Amino acid sequence: MSTETIARYNFAYLDEQTKRMIRRAILKGIAIPGYQVPFASREMPMPYGWGTGGVQVTASVIGPGDVLKVIDQGADDTTNAVSIRAFFQKVAEIAVTTHTGEATIIQTRHRIPEKPLQEGQILVYQVPIPEPLRFLEPRETETRKMHALEEYGLMHVKLYEDIAKHGHIATTYAYPVKVEGRYVMDPSPTPKFDNPKMHMSPALQLFGAGREKRIYAIPPYTRVESLDFEDHPFEIQKFDQPCALCGGTDVYLDEVILDDRGGRMFVCSDTDHCEERREAGHTGHMSEEAAQ
Amino acid sequence: MSFHGKSIEGGFRQPVFDAQATFRAVMEALARPGTIQKSLAAARPPAPLTPEAGAVALTLCDHDTPIWLDPPLQAEEAVRAWLAFHTGAPIVTNPSDAHFAFVSYPATLISLDNFAQGTQDYPDRSATLVLQVETLANGPAIALEGPGIRTTARLAPSPMPRHFAEQWVQNRARFPRGIDLVLVAREGVAALPRTTRITAEE
Repeated sequence: MSTETIARYNFAYLDEQTKRMIRRAILKGIAIPGYQVPFASREMPMPYGWGTGGVQVTASVIGPGDVLKVIDQGADDTTNAVSIRAFFQKVAEIAVTTHTGEATIIQTRHRIPEKPLQEGQILVYQVPIPEPLRFLEPRETETRKMHALEEYGLMHVKLYEDIAKHGHIATTYAYPVKVEGRYVMDPSPTPKFDNPKMHMSPALQLFGAGREKRIYAIPPYTRVESLDFEDHPFEIQKFDQPCALCGGTDVYLDEVILDDRGGRMFVCSDTDHCEERREAGHTGHMSEEAAQ
Repeated sequence: MSFHGKSIEGGFRQPVFDAQATFRAVMEALARPGTIQKSLAAARPPAPLTPEAGAVALTLCDHDTPIWLDPPLQAEEAVRAWLAFHTGAPIVTNPSDAHFAFVSYPATLISLDNFAQGTQDYPDRSATLVLQVETLANGPAIALEGPGIRTTARLAPSPMPRHFAEQWVQNRARFPRGIDLVLVAREGVAALPRTTRITAEE
């Protein structure tokens, strides 16, 4: 069947009334940084957990002039990233890229690109559980009151229990942050390695949780502090070896199992960053150049 | 309410793309207080509603968002008919019921605390005020700080509501409750979210 004979979707899939509703929620989110704005999340043509919140935010923001990049755990070529990118190519006919520097909108599942973001870029996070207090207090009525009263003692108790049990704060991802000195916020399950990138970022950061029906935001140049204690300051992960392909040392690494005899390698989680570094001539101890 | 040509004409030429462009302008303005965003799409509402304020109404308002109009706008039946036809938004006379307020003459605006401030539990249940100003860059300057601003920003809107600096301090003190301002003029759109602090006045 030719495309002319079947009904076409509205630009960016969502109907205009839905976009208006989401757009109003985004504006409220920007005006109240870190506060989770309830919104009437729609059924999307993909299952919950595949980024339906992020997709709805992107669909409400994106225009014909935008260039979209989608990453899943830092990679442009994994299933989730590929299918969301193809979705927007189909329903919005927009340009896509894998290069962080060329993108105007970057939708991400659980990473912030290594290349510093620029003014004018928008980072859209896919969020599974937006409420940072949810695993400490299951009742929405209670967590809402805790945010209203700025009562975050429970979160500090949780981090303190980490220290009591493990000797250090053992939370490594979805590490809670305080936004502009007011709201405690879940940065989505990004590794805590990425938390410092949120602080005073020149880019606008938007968060969408589809199943949980929440949108929140961090405007550019906003203070984002990871919760910690004076005697146990916040620290990011450190790796004791560089990327095996590009030799990068100040990046977040994925462990890749190579065989069943304990062989493993560590490579950049951000595939675009790794590729750009290798194009610029950087090599790691397992790159092709090193093998020759 | 009678419908005639004036209330039916004057919508967006390309509703989907014009609304998207206008939204992005408003979003950028709110995310970067002090900047003036120029890419508003053209709407042609009846006076005294301006093309820029009309574009914001078409972009953000619908049957879910009660609108409050200041007396000069409220007095103009064509304006009410145009908003009713193009947005379907109910028009309310009690300012605290409104999600959006459109203000054609900010200098005589009732005080900001008349509008919905949201609650401590739901600070998003607050009003957004769209002020039609004559200029965004050539009035008395104010210096701005807060989220969205790297160090300080400058804006010079005029006319503004009476005792605006004092009113804004009170609005800021209510955080996370409070109203947000969208300022529209021929030059484009600027915004003052409730987080912005006015640090100096000319």
